[in-house]
Amino acid sequence: MAKQIADIQKEESMILQKDMIADHFKALANSNKLGKKVVYTFVPGNLNELIWAFDMLPVHPEINALQSGMRKKSGDYITEAEKFGHSEDVCTYVKCDIGMMKKGNIGPTGEKLPEPDLLLLSYTGCFTFMKWFELLKQEYKCPVVMLHVPYQADGKITPEMSRYVSEQIRKEVVPALEKVSGKKLDEDRLQELLASSGRAEDDLCAVWDAGKITPSPIDAYFGGVYYIGPIFTAFRGLPQCEEYYKTLRAEVDYRIKNKLGPITPEGHVVKEKYRLIVEGPPNWTSFREFWKMFYDEGAVVVASSYTKVGGLYDQGFRHDAKRPYETMAEYCLGCYTNMHLPGRIDLLERYAKEFKADGFLINSIKSCNSFSAGQLLIMRELEKKTKLPGGFIESDLVDPRYFSAANIKNRLESYFQMVDAKRGA
Amino acid sequence: MDCYIGIDLGSTTTKAVYLDAQENIIGRGITNSRSNYDLACQIAREEAEISARFGILKQEILARESSDHSLDVLPWILCKFKLAQHMAQLKSLRHECTTIAERLLTDKKAKYQGALQEIFNRMELEANKLYSPDVSNRSDFFRDLAAVQYINLAEELASKDKDYSFDRLVGIFDSSILKVESQSYAKDFDQYLRFAREEVVKLPEFAKLKTKIETATNKIIDLKFNVINTIGTGYGRQRLPFPKHQIRSEILCHGLGAHAMFPATRTVLDIGGQDTKAIQIDGEGIVTNFQMNDRCAAGCGRYLGYIADEMNMGIQELGPMAMKATTVSKINSTCTVFAGAELRERLSLGERREDILAGLHRAIILRAMSLLARSGGIASEFTFTGGVARNEAAVKALHKLVEENYGKMKINISADSIFTGAVGAALFAKRDTRGDLANVDLGQLRRGAVEE
Repeated sequence: MAKQIADIQKEESMILQKDMIADHFKALANSNKLGKKVVYTFVPGNLNELIWAFDMLPVHPEINALQSGMRKKSGDYITEAEKFGHSEDVCTYVKCDIGMMKKGNIGPTGEKLPEPDLLLLSYTGCFTFMKWFELLKQEYKCPVVMLHVPYQADGKITPEMSRYVSEQIRKEVVPALEKVSGKKLDEDRLQELLASSGRAEDDLCAVWDAGKITPSPIDAYFGGVYYIGPIFTAFRGLPQCEEYYKTLRAEVDYRIKNKLGPITPEGHVVKEKYRLIVEGPPNWTSFREFWKMFYDEGAVVVASSYTKVGGLYDQGFRHDAKRPYETMAEYCLGCYTNMHLPGRIDLLERYAKEFKADGFLINSIKSCNSFSAGQLLIMRELEKKTKLPGGFIESDLVDPRYFSAANIKNRLESYFQMVDAKRGA
Repeated sequence: MDCYIGIDLGSTTTKAVYLDAQENIIGRGITNSRSNYDLACQIAREEAEISARFGILKQEILARESSDHSLDVLPWILCKFKLAQHMAQLKSLRHECTTIAERLLTDKKAKYQGALQEIFNRMELEANKLYSPDVSNRSDFFRDLAAVQYINLAEELASKDKDYSFDRLVGIFDSSILKVESQSYAKDFDQYLRFAREEVVKLPEFAKLKTKIETATNKIIDLKFNVINTIGTGYGRQRLPFPKHQIRSEILCHGLGAHAMFPATRTVLDIGGQDTKAIQIDGEGIVTNFQMNDRCAAGCGRYLGYIADEMNMGIQELGPMAMKATTVSKINSTCTVFAGAELRERLSLGERREDILAGLHRAIILRAMSLLARSGGIASEFTFTGGVARNEAAVKALHKLVEENYGKMKINISADSIFTGAVGAALFAKRDTRGDLANVDLGQLRRGAVEE
């Protein structure tokens, strides 16, 4: 009975999310008819509330790429992009996006994506973002507005940095949005959206916090990528996003109360054997197979850094409606991708301690320099600081050619046995 | 006698090791992995058990007779033992060949049957020559030894009498050998050993040792191994018919095995057939970090195999030839697929084979150095394991590159290095108190897969 209820509960938040995505892509497909302008922008440091305040529709190319990866379409798109001269080493999100565009820009739900009216380049930590929108600019011949977000080189956000970003939003981004939309910014609407974001963020944090319980009722990596779906993508600030997180939180509370493990595609994790911290994005092309390798071993990810690329809410940040420009600036500056290496190490070390982890694992992404550079150093430092065993596996975001199941399984098994041996010693 | 078994199912060879209760290696067995992992596993284990029995025999003989020449008898017993085993296999091969001929031939059946009898009679007569302490055969495997004899005799017959087709005779052999190879001959250990001792005491120099040899051999015939636990590892470990808790990753096994061989080891490099592993271990032999090649087998043992094929040489001949280099060709790629192209390119440019080979060995080690660096560098002591550790040119390149990058360092290479993974597995078998696969019958396990 419990399982049945849990299944139904699981379905509720997942169905909600699925419907939200379907509705959004439908709106995008009909944007012309609906008279809505379209803004392409990136996940880390996105100004979603601002876009919605102008009643424009956001598109996140990375999300399209990962969705294409999960739907086994990315391989063809990447090959298509390579035909146009993009080398093997280029970020596969970029190639997947370019390939998708070249093949008619059919989005993950099967509907055609509209062309952008504006490219809003919120630059947070990933150099490739700049090159990506340069390419899109050539294709779409549309205006670009760049929000330059300084890197946290010293591991902190200074008032000057914050002012620098908020001034750009005020003086460059807002006028650009006003020009393309033909509307003046409605500040009351923006504040409403920001307040809603803050409420959803509270609920998401309660979900992340559940990972501290042993055994954990959540998987903060494989499950986590679903949990971040609405808030990282098009929906932050909207009522349906708030609704989603209320539902999700209730599901997690139910699992806590009933001492249930996280839900995976293979079923509930019955016996938690390993509590892990994971650094780096997952592989999307063999996502389920990858997850199953953890599930089969009873490994649960209790905290991860990838689920913080769109905001470090668990470290206290909340969108604050009372300071709209400053809060948006601080959000952009605080994303995980914008942190310096020592900051990433500190965060992962804190996770290891607070979440009572047995070890940490790095999934190094072949074609993502901004994430992967320095990961071996992160591993060395974490080993020293936490005395926990570190593991290192390699795959890719959406290029199926870079997922070697046998090799990854071999490494994972060795890693789990290493954790066992360390426990026994 | 209580013992623990470790089996390392590698991509090229399968190794088995027996440990006694004091963790001493008492038996080692190695065989080709072929495409039949289950069989390879069983044969390696049987070989290890035979080697363990002979090890004990040595102690028994020493305990009874401590003169300088007393151990001279051992190689003789072993040779005669192998002869007995060979004769049994030959008998089975004769039976198989005549059965196949009966079934497949449509014409000249009787004539071919006569030829087969002649071939096998002569093979039996000549078998004796293959087994003597002063003969070193090109291979230890029955298939190879029998094939050389059979093919020579078939050729001779076919050239003398036009009624025989050489191809047809070879075809009969090819159809029969696999079945013979797939049988286990270890169950008749007692019979072979009795034959061996009878043969040995016929030799004048050992006649006076007759009673002592009999007592000692009787003791090992009666010896029962009580297998407390078995652990499997290696590239093909998923194919082992063991429950999950009796399978260990080869990374852990190589770490623990290297620790057992050289307790001060902190870094282990293993270059096997399909992968290269850089492993860091602590003072207990527990793995603290590791890196391994991803996806392709560039720079692994298989790469040397391809090079050997390209050069029409035996894999064991590569190292000695590379040692004769006067200069080392600069080669960066270790791609197995491009190995042939790289080689031909160099040869066409007029580079010497020796120098190219030295360059290829250096390239393999360069790749390993990168994995070592990624795993945390090299800490003293450093132990090199796996099949490639037996290659002197690879070892030379390793010494040079380690010194250049990390300074002078103690580098250990055990004579048993190819057994490192199996030793580690056997040690895990001893440490795992759950051992419920005592005296496991692999054949039976194969028939009904064991579920945890």
